[in-house]
Formats: sequence, C-alpha cells, structure tokens
Amino acid sequence: MTPGNMPAQHSFKTGRWLTLVMLLLSAILLLLGSAVGSTGWDSLALLQRDPSAWQIVWEIRLPRSAGAWLAGALLGLAGALAQGLFRNPLADPYLLGSASGASLGVALAMALWGVSPLATQWLALLGLSGAAFAGALLAVLLTLLLAQGVQQTLRLLLAGVVVGVVLGAVSSLILLLVPDIMQAMQSFMLGSTSFLAWPACMLMAGVRVLCGLLAWFMSPLLDALALGEATAQSLGLPLPALRTALVVVLALATGTAVAHTGLVAFVGLAAPHLVRSLLKTTPARLIGLASLCGAVLLQAADLLARSLLAPRELPVGVLTAVLGGAYLLWLMHGRSARRPEVGS
Amino acid sequence: MSRSVPSQAEFALQAESLVANLGGVPVLNGLSFGFRHGRWISVVGPNGAGKSSLLRVLAGLLPYAGSLQWQGQPLQSFSARTRAQHIAWLGQGEACDDDLSVYDLVMLGRMPHQAWLAGPSASDHAAVARALNAMQAWAWRDRLLGELSAGERQRVLLARALAVEAQLLLMDEPLSNLDPPHQAQWLLLVRALVSQGKTVVSVLHEISIALQADDMLILQEGRQMHQGACTEAATHLALEQVFEHRVRVAMLEGQWLAVPRIQGLES
Repeated sequence: MTPGNMPAQHSFKTGRWLTLVMLLLSAILLLLGSAVGSTGWDSLALLQRDPSAWQIVWEIRLPRSAGAWLAGALLGLAGALAQGLFRNPLADPYLLGSASGASLGVALAMALWGVSPLATQWLALLGLSGAAFAGALLAVLLTLLLAQGVQQTLRLLLAGVVVGVVLGAVSSLILLLVPDIMQAMQSFMLGSTSFLAWPACMLMAGVRVLCGLLAWFMSPLLDALALGEATAQSLGLPLPALRTALVVVLALATGTAVAHTGLVAFVGLAAPHLVRSLLKTTPARLIGLASLCGAVLLQAADLLARSLLAPRELPVGVLTAVLGGAYLLWLMHGRSARRPEVGS
Repeated sequence: MSRSVPSQAEFALQAESLVANLGGVPVLNGLSFGFRHGRWISVVGPNGAGKSSLLRVLAGLLPYAGSLQWQGQPLQSFSARTRAQHIAWLGQGEACDDDLSVYDLVMLGRMPHQAWLAGPSASDHAAVARALNAMQAWAWRDRLLGELSAGERQRVLLARALAVEAQLLLMDEPLSNLDPPHQAQWLLLVRALVSQGKTVVSVLHEISIALQADDMLILQEGRQMHQGACTEAATHLALEQVFEHRVRVAMLEGQWLAVPRIQGLES
C-alpha cells in the first residue's frame, strides 16, 4: 500500500492539466502576438519572401510577446513567493513597495548614467536591471522595517503604501530635476511592453530560471510556513536565513520585470489567486503554476493592449490595472460572501 | 517544594535556573525541574504563569538563560534539525493555510526526518498514516483544512505533531475544541506514547484532565511553585494554593478531580 498518495496525485493531475492548458494558451497567444500589428497577418504570410515582414515579426512582434510572457512569469513567481512568505493573500510585489523601489532605481539610473529603457546594449540592460533590483530590495526591506515584521496584515499593507507613495514622490522629483528622461519614464510608469527586444528577453529568461531554481530550493520553507511561523521553526528550519534569501529572490524577480516593462500592476497579485481558485495545492507547488499563469495573463494583456484600439496602442500597465483591479474586487466580494476575512 | 530526586540519567529533560524573557518582561524566573523518560507531565498554573512560554523554550522557539539538558546534553548543542527530530511542539491557535490538504499538512511533521527537497519516503508515509489513524482522521486525508470544523482541525494539528514521532512531545492546550469522546481518545493515546518510553508535556487549562498525568509542574507568575506526582497530597495542596482555593481536589470514582469552589469562601 502506498498510503495517501491519493490527494497528492489528484492535485498533481489537476496541476498537470492546468500546466498543459496554460502552455497551449501561451503558444496560441505567441502566434497571435506575431500576427497582431499595423501590418496584420500579411507579415506572417509573407515571412518567406519579404525581408521587412520577417523583420517586423522577428524583431518587433515576437520578442514583445515573448518578453510579455517572461515579465509576467517573473511577476507571477514574485506574487506567489510574497503571498507564501508573508502568509498574506494580499501580499504582492507592488503592495510591498518593491515596484516603486524598482522604478526609483530605474529613474536614478537613467538620470545619473543616461541609460534608457530603449537601450538594447547588454551593459545598459544589466545596469538597468541591477538598479531596479537594488531599488526593489531596499524598498521591501524598508517596508518590513516600517511594519516591524510581517505578522500584522494591516501594518504591512500600510507600510507598503507609505513606502510606495514616498518612493514614487522621489521618482517624480528626479523627473522634475532631469526632464530629459521624462518621456522614457512616462512609458515606464504606465507599464509598457513595446520596447521589449531579444536581449531583454534573454535577461529575463535567465533571471526567471535562476529565481525558479532558488524558489524551488527554498520551497520546503514556504510549505512549512503554511503551518505558522512558530511551528515552521519548531520543525528545525533555519527560518531567518531562508526568509532573507526569499526576500532577495522576490526583489530580483520584481526588479527584473519592472526594469523591462515598467509598472505593470496586479499580475503578481492576481496570478496566484487565479491558480488557487482552480486548484488547491501546497504553497511550493503553487509557485510554478502561478508563474505560468502570470506569463499567460501578461501575454494576453499585451495582445489586448495592441489590438483593442489598433492601430493605436494602450499601455499594458493601464490594462492590467483596470482588469486586475476589477478581478481583485470580484474576488474580495466573492470571498466575503463565503468567509468574513480575506487577510487577517 | 517536594522533589524526589532521581539520578541524572533518569531525566529526559532537566532544567536548572531556567530564565526567559518575552519582550523584555521576564516570563520564566529560575525554574529547576526534571522530566523523566516515559512520563506524562502536566504544566499547570493560573493565566500568565508562563506555561506556554516554558513549552516554547523547550521547543527552541524562545531564547533562554540557565541550563537545559536533553538526554544529558545541553539542548543548545543540538542542531535545529536534530532538536526537531527529538522534540515535537504543538502550539496554540496558530493560523494555518486553509488550502492545504489534511494529508499534506500532516506530512509536514515529517520534515525534520527528510533530507532537504528529498520528498517523503515510505516510512514517512507510514508515519503519517499512523498519526492520522491515531487521531481518527484518516478518513478525511483528502479534505482541505478549511473544510473542517474546529474540533476536526485540532485533531489534524495533533496528528501533525504526532507524525514527528519525537521522543519528547510538547502540547499546548491539545484538547481545545475536542469533544469528550476525543478527549478520552487523546488520553489513551498519551498513555500509549508514555508506555513506549516517550515523554509527554502538556499544558491543559482543564485541571481535572491535567490531574490524569503522572507528574505535575505548577507555575505561578513565571515561578515554580511545585513539582510532584499528580496523586500526592502536596501537589493537590499546591494546586489549591495557586488557584486561591477556588478549586478543591477531590477523589471521585477513583480519579482525582478539581472541583470549582464558587461559594462558601471565608476570605
């Protein structure tokens, strides 16, 4: 007898189906993504003969779709990590202030070194990601410091809001002082996938693999934390060390995504919730699924942003903010009808 | 303070001048006691006596000063993992993720025995099955924690602590939300564990149930008032004293009970 394999197997099976469906969706969206644009399907049809069609598809549309997928994957991963780590369903890379920190880092990098998010040179991209990462990390630490820990939902969220507002104000101040970066910063603040090129995709893919591995390595901590902090510690886990490492991974994923797509809200918050509404599973198993879900979400949002008002474009961040906000509200009302609490 | 002093080797756990603080406030004030192998010890005292804090210290969750020896060696000399294999702790009212299945949750108790990321072995599965069966919770192994009643939930959490299969089991209010049949079940279980040579330490606010233990450690405001067998008259006297004579220990049908005294107090 292999006692009790059943629940694990059941959730594994659903998980496998969900993974398959989401991968299939990704492929379909990638195909659509390479077809949507001012020249439409013609570019796809002419791929073999027309070099400019090839250029449009290969150098503009595909990296953009793939980049949106990757940035979404990073945000979904960060969201699942944050919610597991802080044991708080409202924890989100954005609500913890890390996105504002990352955007401040980017603003500083642009103002001080004149790098632009349009840059395609590796060094500039790395510098931008590094600045965003440092900003995100410092912002999360500042939030945790202000909230004096993560136990109190309300204090954590309030601290996150305060850090977000203050760092956002600093970013605006930099913008005023260095007006040259205004245009670049504006598209950045609105959240945009339109500058994504292959080097950025490569970098995000690398970071996604790294963060995925690190998260997988520390996944027992997330599972144990589901029992409560003290119980996790009583199970002999080196809580403070793992926790710090996870905060670093969280900041790395958020920082990298923000460095390349700007402030794309709600993907990190919605993705884990969406997966959880379809499948109940352990926090560790949730990470991969939430990451994939975030990828599909942002890829779909990018497609919508490109096609809704075509030939004009919506900033993708505006779209995710509206859709994600609506989803969150719906989730809150659905939940409060069944159970009185969401957070505490 | 009456203490029959056995030789050192008899003690599973021994404390000398144990001191602990919580947020700068002293919660344990120089406790010195010994818990023997194969015994069930009840920690009893009025609210704020330091019972839960004592259990947290023993579980390695709260820093302490003084000496604490586990099987003759300083507790601090054990790695966190080894300590977790030897000592299991069931806390009181910790919030748990409602989305976990009962089986997955109880399996987390096997974590101290698993290599990092190795996943459960056949013996882990067997231990989880034993623990779930002991708490009569095997039937709901596929259910989510959020779908259970408070009492069912408590039994699952108990099973999680049992699944560690530790030598020392620390339980803080293990009977909260349990109905009388399951309280009786728990008593039988503790007796079985103790007969296997394990040491069980429980904090119970229900003094009549606490009196079913072998030994009693009575605390008040972080100080140790008494340690002795639950059947001793001196223990009963100390109990009545720390509870300001609002309880009286009496024998009924062969078991000691703590009867509340609501009226008829002179002072």
